[in-house]
Amino acid sequence: MQAVQSSFYLEDPFGFSATFVGFDNYIDALTSDYYLHVAKFTLIFTILVTFFSLALGLLLAAKADDVIRGSSSYKTLLISVYAIAPPVAGLIGMMFFDQHIGPFVKMAAWFGWDMKVGINYFDTAFAMITVAVWKQIPYNFIFILSGLQSIPVSVREAAAIDNRSRFGRFWTVTLPLLAPTAFFLLIINMTYSLFDTFGIIDVIVKDKAANNPITLVYKVYMDGFRGNDIGGSAAQSVILMLIVLVLTFFQFRFIERRVHYN
Amino acid sequence: MAAIEISSVSKSYTGDALAVDNVDIEIEDGEFIVLVGPSGCGKSTLLRMVAGLETITEGEVKIGGKVVNKKDPAERDIAMVFQNYALYPHMTVYNNLAYGLKNRGTPKAEIAARVNEAARMLELEPYLERKPRALSGGQRQRVAMGRAIVRKPAAFLFDEPLSNLDAKLRVSMRGEIKHLQKRLGTTSIYVTHDQLEAMTLADRLVVLNGGKIEQIGTPLDVYHKPASTFVANFIGSPAMNLVEGKLTGGQLMIGDNSMQFSSAPPADGPVTVGIRPEDLQPTTGTGIKARLDYVEELGATRLAHCMTDGERLTAALSPEIPLADELTFAVLPEKVHFYDHATGKRLSNA
Repeated sequence: MQAVQSSFYLEDPFGFSATFVGFDNYIDALTSDYYLHVAKFTLIFTILVTFFSLALGLLLAAKADDVIRGSSSYKTLLISVYAIAPPVAGLIGMMFFDQHIGPFVKMAAWFGWDMKVGINYFDTAFAMITVAVWKQIPYNFIFILSGLQSIPVSVREAAAIDNRSRFGRFWTVTLPLLAPTAFFLLIINMTYSLFDTFGIIDVIVKDKAANNPITLVYKVYMDGFRGNDIGGSAAQSVILMLIVLVLTFFQFRFIERRVHYN
Repeated sequence: MAAIEISSVSKSYTGDALAVDNVDIEIEDGEFIVLVGPSGCGKSTLLRMVAGLETITEGEVKIGGKVVNKKDPAERDIAMVFQNYALYPHMTVYNNLAYGLKNRGTPKAEIAARVNEAARMLELEPYLERKPRALSGGQRQRVAMGRAIVRKPAAFLFDEPLSNLDAKLRVSMRGEIKHLQKRLGTTSIYVTHDQLEAMTLADRLVVLNGGKIEQIGTPLDVYHKPASTFVANFIGSPAMNLVEGKLTGGQLMIGDNSMQFSSAPPADGPVTVGIRPEDLQPTTGTGIKARLDYVEELGATRLAHCMTDGERLTAALSPEIPLADELTFAVLPEKVHFYDHATGKRLSNA
């Protein structure tokens, strides 16, 4: 609520005075080229992170499901990966992309890619997305694996009799039965990409040269706490909140209808 | 439609005893075979090996003369009906029925024709657009049957398809399955632990125990000439009376009661004697003397549970027969079954 209130005021950096400016903060934000640029990156970032973390989680879970079906120690091992805090994941990820010792940077160099994370816009974005996906895969993996294991064995067997193609069975029987899990994960992953990647982004772009890719949440933080523009930052956070609200509403409205619950 | 040959088939899971032990069954084209036995006897495992859902450790399974050991379930030209129906919950009844045909590249028009025909046969026409969750247990069972029928496979495999239904529905579905199978003439293997279901459905019964075949035969064969004490005890309800006796010459002693046999029964010594409850009839003459313990009324018959020299005897009597505390039962000599005391195997026919 305080954010909504502050978003209508222009405050001085030390908090001594505040002037009511109406929707000026919103108009400033929405007409700023930089804001739209960040919004565009956020959109691409969210789509890529959600897609790849879901796709890779699904791939790994489907493969693991084939192998294990019930081996609990193996599952626990995989699940424990999730217990890494985002900044730590960001740090570990940064090590991989470190200019001097990062194995990924060295690997990219073999292919003639002179990777400069923190300097080059695209390279930084690439590292950011990779680390964000990497961090989220275990979470998706756990949910998808348990979703897979809750599909009755006999339904899979019936499908095995009805359809010889393994991939065909996965596509027509397994995947639709996973839909409730996938729908839940879709929302969780979008929220994750929008908000929870803050720690990762912070570790990657902090103290680096300017013009690095950041997401809307990080911009809220930068404007509010680095730029001391409380009003503008609050306005942006309200906009962000509205976007998420609308997004979630549409997801429930249009995607959930296609989801089959048992 | 095809014959199925199961030759010397065994199944072992790593480190365990044999779940199925050297089983041979030859199933003729169009025959209805029922595998029956207590839980854990290997009957489902055997069926699943025929279906291709379990690997075959040893031996061969032939369907229509071709060895199918290495084939995928979908390549074996069989259809299976599962205990919990195993319908695809996200598909309509129509799509449930059509799924197997679509994946085999059947033309659309033919799929529609076959699905509609099966739906008509099973009275599923009003439900084709529904999802399985909107159906009752009996209807789901019909869909599962329909899914098997539309494929027109070489064989139907039934894995305890009726055990999730209530008693009344089970009886009517039992009749329908039998009727459908006769009408379509498709070779069928049916697994059940319910001996009544086995008796009523089977052309031939296969009684399994501990992974081994105890007996193969027509229901009446198995009922009237059980090959072992296990079969004697398992087939028939109430179960056959099995008591310890002793043979000397043509004379059988059960406790203090003696019976004379004109056609000499097999070797002398201790034997296990089997008598069906309905073959025990009260008499005023000589026979097996027993003390009445308690009575169960079944309406059409009455079960008299008696004790004779520490052995329990059950007699199925007509309700008109008056009961007394002390009863004497007569048995026709040809209704007495003899089993080896040690192995439980049937001794040459008496």
